[in-house]
Amino acid sequence: MTAPLLKVENLRIELTTRDGVAPVIDDLSFELGAGESISFVGESGCGKSMTALGIMGLLPDKIGRIASGSIAFEGEELSTASEKRLREIRGNDISMIFQEPMTSLNPVYTVGEQIAEVLRAHQGLSKSAAWASAVELLDAVRIPNAQRRVSDYPFQMSGGQRQRVMIAIALACEPKILIADEPTTALDVTVQAQIFDLLNDLKRQTGTAIIMITHDMGAVAEMAQRMIVMYAGRNAEQGPVDQIIDRPRHPYTKGLISCVPHIMATLTDERHELTEVAGIVPSLREFGKNQCLFASRCAMVTQECLDNRPPEIEFEAGQKSACWHAGTV
Amino acid sequence: MRILYAAILLLAVLVLNFSMMHLAPGDVADTISQSMGGADQELLDQIRADYGLDQPFLVQLGRYIGNVLQFDLGFSFFYNKPVTELILQRLPATLLLVFVAQILALFIGVILGVISARKPNGIASHFVTILALFGYSAPVFWTGILLLIGFSLKIQIFPVAGMRDVTIEGGFWIHFMDIARHMVLPVITLGSIFLALYSRLSRATMMEVLGSDYVRTAKAKGLSEREVVYKHALKNSLSPVITLAGLQFSAVISGAVLVEAVFSWPGLGTLAFQSIIARDTPTILGILFFSALVVIVGNLLTDLALRLVDPRVRSKG
Repeated sequence: MTAPLLKVENLRIELTTRDGVAPVIDDLSFELGAGESISFVGESGCGKSMTALGIMGLLPDKIGRIASGSIAFEGEELSTASEKRLREIRGNDISMIFQEPMTSLNPVYTVGEQIAEVLRAHQGLSKSAAWASAVELLDAVRIPNAQRRVSDYPFQMSGGQRQRVMIAIALACEPKILIADEPTTALDVTVQAQIFDLLNDLKRQTGTAIIMITHDMGAVAEMAQRMIVMYAGRNAEQGPVDQIIDRPRHPYTKGLISCVPHIMATLTDERHELTEVAGIVPSLREFGKNQCLFASRCAMVTQECLDNRPPEIEFEAGQKSACWHAGTV
Repeated sequence: MRILYAAILLLAVLVLNFSMMHLAPGDVADTISQSMGGADQELLDQIRADYGLDQPFLVQLGRYIGNVLQFDLGFSFFYNKPVTELILQRLPATLLLVFVAQILALFIGVILGVISARKPNGIASHFVTILALFGYSAPVFWTGILLLIGFSLKIQIFPVAGMRDVTIEGGFWIHFMDIARHMVLPVITLGSIFLALYSRLSRATMMEVLGSDYVRTAKAKGLSEREVVYKHALKNSLSPVITLAGLQFSAVISGAVLVEAVFSWPGLGTLAFQSIIARDTPTILGILFFSALVVIVGNLLTDLALRLVDPRVRSKG
């Protein structure tokens, strides 16, 4: 295997809150190869978005910071890179689409201008060339009548169309990595499917690696080759998607998978009870503790889980699980 | 549609002004008799009959509105001139003062707001807070008089009163500079209140906008800090400030009355002040009418400015 495109090692991101400093990302490591797609899964507040913002160098000013560990993009360390260098990378080599298409576009500029400005900033395109590219990009993200709609303002577009515009902005400079932070959460189901199709097609055409952040197991199965299950800022389990869905090695992953309802083959089949992972995510105050943070919700909990933080146990094909009982899950 | 509303509004202003002036005790007959050292009832009645003041209220009101519709605001008994002429003579001075103060307050206010929003705990931010406190609490006439004492009497760099120096001769530029010199103190006095308002508001909206999703998007695009702040954030934070500036137009004009009185600025405010003392009803009514007109025009201009800034307003138009 060639050197990974992105290599994150022992990353620790701390947030300063009123209650003190909390590690929202605690000892996270993963690799992303060129053209690969990887999914981060987990409940709200487990640190998925923080990982993305950390990679982009966009952690909230003065509140969030990378405390230790490294983020290397093509061998270049990002956690200590200058703001100027990060600006060159953002939107150009690594770009990002966000959860809220309704508010992520600037209401007072046309969508064409918002696409064109990335091209002007990074590729040095002239005003007219950038505008022409914006039309092509809108067309590429399948907005009908792109020629005319390029002069529309965001409020004249639907949520799905706005997310397409966001994708057009993100892909304008043909980045090596696209980070998609819950890109379909705010959209209805049919539009979700269209956006996934679009992302998959664009990925095939451009070879962009995708980091997909989601809490939707269906989306994971559809979009990614490998997945990382996060819990309370820590890596719970990671490995190939099919293998994990087939044989999860962490009770939390198991719980997440059993939450997904299945469509019955025939109506007469017995319908499974819809399950949930009981309990709630621990509060930020408990994040740093030397124990398994999932213990309070886990059916398999033993004294060991409460006393020590579980190490990562490796299985075949790079599947890893941070659980004391990984072998018996 | 908007113009129709404006016309109805103006009519209402006319009726209201006239009624209120009518309710106030005393009229021009009292003033005239006073200046003659007193008069008997017969003479008073005579004067009232001459000026049509003996007619019933509704007749007077109807006559007045009829005249205004023909652009005749009446005749000033005190100045011995048609009111329209009197006002048009004074209007430019007031407009100059009001617009320069408004625009400077807006411009500087927004800049201060942006600077302090970017560093909420910086020196500039504290400066804006103190400035706002001062602007809110210091009465206009007090600020004006203090400035006069400071910069006209103690340190004699600015003229004490008026709008131009009659002894000065020369070309356009010399006169321009002369007026500008006279304007400095009145503009600072009038502008300080509004500067306080605008800088506070633009600080608040700018801070909100800087935390918004689209500013995050702009950062994620790898745009420079300058582009993020001045292109993406600033234009969005302008709408509330422009709206407030529009609403403040009437306050600026009433502020101008005080400022003009302090600095003997030869504008509508001084005229209003003098004609109130002289009970010169037609002039007062005329000034009130013109003030209403300026406010309405100001509001229309505000709408236009909002349309320029925000495409969402445009599409509703």
